[in-house]
Amino acid sequence: MTSMPDTPFREEAHDRRRLLMERSRPGRTGVTLPASDVPPQLMPEQAMLRDDLQLPEVTEGEVVRYFTHLSQLNFSIDTNFYPLGSCTMKYNPKLNEAVAATPGFALAHPAQPEAQVQGCLEAIFTLQTYLQEVSGLPSASLAPLAGAQGELAGILTLRAALDARGDGHRRKMLIPDTAHGTNPASAAMAGFQVISIPSTSGGDIDLDAVRAEAGDDLAGVMFTQPTTLGLFDRNAIEMCRVVHEAGGLVYGDGANMNALLGRAKLGHFGFDVVHMNLHKTFSTPHGGGGPGAGPICVTEVLAPFLPGPIVVRRDDGSYGSEMPAQSIGRCGASQGNFGVLIRALTYISLLGGEGMLNISGNAVLNANYLLAKLRSLFELPYDRSVMHEVVFAARKRAGATALNVSKRLLDHGFHAPTMYFPLVVPEALMIEPTETESKETLDAFIETLERIDAEAAADEEFLRGAPYETPISRLDEARAARRPELRWRPAEE
Amino acid sequence: MSVPEDRRYSKEHEWALAERDGLVLVGITDFAQHELGDVVYVELPKPGDRVTQNAQMGEVESVKAVSELFSPVSGEVTAVNDDVKNAPELLNESPHEKGWLIRVKPDDPAELDSLLDAPAYAALIE
Repeated sequence: MTSMPDTPFREEAHDRRRLLMERSRPGRTGVTLPASDVPPQLMPEQAMLRDDLQLPEVTEGEVVRYFTHLSQLNFSIDTNFYPLGSCTMKYNPKLNEAVAATPGFALAHPAQPEAQVQGCLEAIFTLQTYLQEVSGLPSASLAPLAGAQGELAGILTLRAALDARGDGHRRKMLIPDTAHGTNPASAAMAGFQVISIPSTSGGDIDLDAVRAEAGDDLAGVMFTQPTTLGLFDRNAIEMCRVVHEAGGLVYGDGANMNALLGRAKLGHFGFDVVHMNLHKTFSTPHGGGGPGAGPICVTEVLAPFLPGPIVVRRDDGSYGSEMPAQSIGRCGASQGNFGVLIRALTYISLLGGEGMLNISGNAVLNANYLLAKLRSLFELPYDRSVMHEVVFAARKRAGATALNVSKRLLDHGFHAPTMYFPLVVPEALMIEPTETESKETLDAFIETLERIDAEAAADEEFLRGAPYETPISRLDEARAARRPELRWRPAEE
Repeated sequence: MSVPEDRRYSKEHEWALAERDGLVLVGITDFAQHELGDVVYVELPKPGDRVTQNAQMGEVESVKAVSELFSPVSGEVTAVNDDVKNAPELLNESPHEKGWLIRVKPDDPAELDSLLDAPAYAALIE
């Protein structure tokens, strides 16, 4: 840090950054233990803490202050605008939390007999049917515990279906060059050979490149609609047809489902498997704080291979859970991340069909508002209406690179957009406002970007020093990656 | 942007330098390191591995992204530059010299003729 004026306030700010170990003073303690009323027991040597392990000696008050200050440094959707592209950082209604905390849900145990948890099972069953409706596919598994796990489970389901019909030799998986990095990773983990497919100059998948790979070794394609460019891919239906005709299957990455809710169903495009991120589209807690949930929906043909368990309604109206006949297996110990599923169910039930239309409508409207207002500041690599997010290239103003603009946004209390992704757009700034932001918030964001552009115009170097107002200033990213210091060490004596 | 005349170039921004003993030195171009930004990690084949022209031979990770490395030549890897593994910044500081990646015993030295010469590569990145 640069030196700071020696004011009481700044001293306190400095104090806040001191780690617990740096606050330690010999002999200080946070607890008073009662005198032991049992004879001391000898402990085996290996059960003792290592002598060289330093522990902080601090009072209870110091510990509380330390962690409270840390928590105040949190940046979250509950405090600020969070336009992180492709992440759908929408506001998470507190009603979700209240319903998930209902004792009947929160205190249920996975090992309880089915007869005692009929309500919980009915809730899961209902969410299965809602997600089937959203995806346009007839079968769902809520077992996957996160988006990436859902992706892997979905692609393993696809592979199991190919193997079962004697198509185990099909190993080529086509993935557009705009795809999320998890797509090739999931395909490779499932034993497929990844073939990268270029995009056309208009931002759609290159059908000729797909046709060139459409042979009897084609396993399928992994595809995101709308794409990570925020564009509705106009070739999606034809791509599905070409892949199916060659005997392949189509995997749909539902990461961008927020743009389509209630308006288009991926199943109707021809997708065979779709995963959805409940923590994106359906307002459950995101990242770090998770946990996530990545349900998958499939066609009738793929249903026997789904991960389990899956909740079924029996003829007598009761609910039970079953493993599909040729299931790829379990994703975890019990019924997915149940608390997350309840939050998503609450959200969908709260909003209803009409609400789903409003979500996608306002998400797309907000993204296009930003496109219209910001296109004078940045290059627009694909000049057409966008869906739920807009990708700019920050190349119009020297010094105002994607990184520098993002860093300066932090000074104004905005989370940075996604940067340098998708890889096909140089200096990419990927902005996803979501439907939950007001016009006032969007206008404040636009004005801030205009001000940042003016700062760069006045002084090319200025943004390179940003952020200036955050607790930690510009980090040396290269050094942090090359020589990471991952734990605290005492200062050299 | 520096484009030395003494070597050949692939469209994927790797260079191949024919050495006197018939071996070929391989690295990434000045243009490539500039586009990548600060390189933080390099994954390379091991001595004895086979590499194939235009096929992936490793990965380079910068603060911006992970990119694939494609071999400009087919053959057997005879040496790997351990210095760049320990100090990936060499790729930024000296892409054509100290930041070389692998040394290859080529199957067919004439394969280099299929690569771009310096003026053609300079035109490609213009």
